[in-house]
Amino acid sequence: MKHTLRQVFHSPRFVVGFAIFAFIVLLVIVYPIFVRSAPLGIIGQGTFFPPGIYVNAYDSIGSEPYTLKLDNAAAKRLASRLSDEQRLAMMEWLVAAGLSENEIDPADTEKLLEQWENNYDPTINIPGQTNARRNYFVRLNASLGGILATEAAIIAEMNAETNTLEETGSVDQTDYVNINDVPNKRLLPLGTDNFGRDVLTELVSAIGTSLLIGLVAGLIATTIGLTLGLIAGYIGGFADDIVMFFTNMFTVIPTFVLLILISYGIGQEQRGAVTIAVVIGFTSWVWTTRAVRAQVISLRNRDHVNLSKLSGHSTTRIILLSILPYIASYVVMAFILQISSAILAEAGLSILGLGPKTTEVPTLGLMMNWAMIYQAQVLGYWWAYLPVIITIALISFSLNLMNTGLDQVFNPALRE
Amino acid sequence: MKGYFRYFGGKVVWIIITFIFAFLLNFMLPRMMPGDPVAVITQRVTTGMQSQSGIQAVYEEYQELFGTNKPLLTQFFLYAKNLLHGDFGTSFSQYPRPVGDILASSIWWTVMLQLPAIIVGWLIGNVLGVLAAYLRGGYDKIAMPASVFVSGLPAFGMAIILLVIFAVELNWFPTSGGYDVARIPDFSWAFIWSVFIHYQLPFWSIVLVVTGGQAIGMRSMAIYELNSDYVKYSRFMGIKDRRIILYVFRNAMLPQITGLALAIGTIVGGALVAEIIFSYPGLGTTILSAIRSQDYPLISATTLIITLMVLITTFTIEVLYGFIDPRIKAAQSD
Repeated sequence: MKHTLRQVFHSPRFVVGFAIFAFIVLLVIVYPIFVRSAPLGIIGQGTFFPPGIYVNAYDSIGSEPYTLKLDNAAAKRLASRLSDEQRLAMMEWLVAAGLSENEIDPADTEKLLEQWENNYDPTINIPGQTNARRNYFVRLNASLGGILATEAAIIAEMNAETNTLEETGSVDQTDYVNINDVPNKRLLPLGTDNFGRDVLTELVSAIGTSLLIGLVAGLIATTIGLTLGLIAGYIGGFADDIVMFFTNMFTVIPTFVLLILISYGIGQEQRGAVTIAVVIGFTSWVWTTRAVRAQVISLRNRDHVNLSKLSGHSTTRIILLSILPYIASYVVMAFILQISSAILAEAGLSILGLGPKTTEVPTLGLMMNWAMIYQAQVLGYWWAYLPVIITIALISFSLNLMNTGLDQVFNPALRE
Repeated sequence: MKGYFRYFGGKVVWIIITFIFAFLLNFMLPRMMPGDPVAVITQRVTTGMQSQSGIQAVYEEYQELFGTNKPLLTQFFLYAKNLLHGDFGTSFSQYPRPVGDILASSIWWTVMLQLPAIIVGWLIGNVLGVLAAYLRGGYDKIAMPASVFVSGLPAFGMAIILLVIFAVELNWFPTSGGYDVARIPDFSWAFIWSVFIHYQLPFWSIVLVVTGGQAIGMRSMAIYELNSDYVKYSRFMGIKDRRIILYVFRNAMLPQITGLALAIGTIVGGALVAEIIFSYPGLGTTILSAIRSQDYPLISATTLIITLMVLITTFTIEVLYGFIDPRIKAAQSD
């Protein structure tokens, strides 16, 4: 046993796969210790807030200002306030007014503004321009003036008695706030989802649920597969015929179809994560059965098994001591693959809207499902779906890698 | 020749038995589940309805429509009889369109998408697998983990990645649909071109995932073959490596064909979900909308059609296998 383990951990593929998988499991265990908020708690009012640090604006005004003289602050402010649409419109006007297109770079804010100030004249009539469009440029020019203003922004409060605004303070363009002084801030490394939930917290919890689904489904499928395989392979005869009849049948009938029919039949209300796991487990034992049976048949007539039979050992004992140790490595490998395919099956089902109930637990498939319903992929909210896909891929990659590593150890023909 | 007929006859009988069993499951599974589906449908239709007798009348009419008030056995024969006449019932969500009509318009999209994609992916995967086993070294070190990674990715994941890169960011291909909806389907070049453009992303996302899975299997198979006696013997004989590779390819191919026959159900299941990502007008999208609108007759008919498609494909592969595998030929000449 010890020797086998050492051998297994010498396989580079297994070690890499194991490391990735262990990291994911550790993340699921450690993360909730540091971030204690509920994974399904709705914190954002609105959909798909981008990733970043959210600093309370009200608190920022209240905290002590520091004056910093930074050179490019004004340029950066301008650059962030000028939208792409406005830049292109400015470029369009300038080109129409006679500047060559090569001279203008809409990404270079400073140069663009300078060219605009030098050239723009509302009285110039550009041929073919509608009145509405000309007014648009007049408004654009006025708003540029607002952006370029250097006065302080005034903070005012409503006086309840006189019903007038009274100035209570001002914020200069050179005022800064130390982020440590602001009491309310929240780091959202992966933003929020369509419900306004913290994606990272949800994702970690979803990984946990999905791994649980994989584990339960894998255990069920492997247990059924192992039992049926042993019965068919060792007892043989009529038992073998019956088992193989059903196994052959369920190999050809697509598992996916069975999953849809059963999950739909159970109904939305009764579908929990464990229920789904059980359903997946009960529909994916076929491969293990086939393989275990094949292995047992080749073992059945080996000398050590016959010797055991001659010694009058019971069938249970023969199976436990003379057969199981020889197929153990295979069963472990099949179990690993079952986990990974169960996680994928849950994701597929959830995308179809047949996954676990949404309100109870997050799963990787459910996160995917909601991101798809809200068209996150088309609208560019990458944080809602990309981390989920990467996680699914990493889990299944690490498990497959462990599997090929084990294969190399136990299958001398594949060794390099 | 008699032997071949026995082989095919056995396969035909087997496929018919499996289909009857699948048909039974399709009929029984939803009916075995707790809860009354007709009650659920009635509840959905009658939301906001006040009169209790009105709800009762709707419930009874639906019972009559689906025949759920009759004994199970009668229901089964009624269902089977209707199916034999090509009558899949009427869709709830697209009432009064018959289910058969909806399926007829979506099934060809799925067949034309998945069949070529699976074949192309399988071929590319096998070639890459043999090369990885033969060349080893750096190529294997890159191709192998890449294949493991790609095959671990679900087809819908691959679909989303391709969609975001090539349709949303680069804008080379459309994001959804099977053809340009602004056009009326006809046989003009413009329409064929729009179908072709819409075809690319769903096609390649299935191809890539299938390629990865097949490459891993083929690599192991080819390594076994490369260590076998006939390869060593051929090397001693001084036969060129290119010829040996061909032998290896042919021999390792056989188990890969059986592998494809056994894996086709899983591949189709994954590819159906990939269709959904692109709103491709095939069976995957049909079943999604059927599930969302709780359209029971449509779900049942779609799952049955998918099962039938997979069964026919498996059968075809097994028949082809009978022609290719010399061992079956040998067994039958006895």
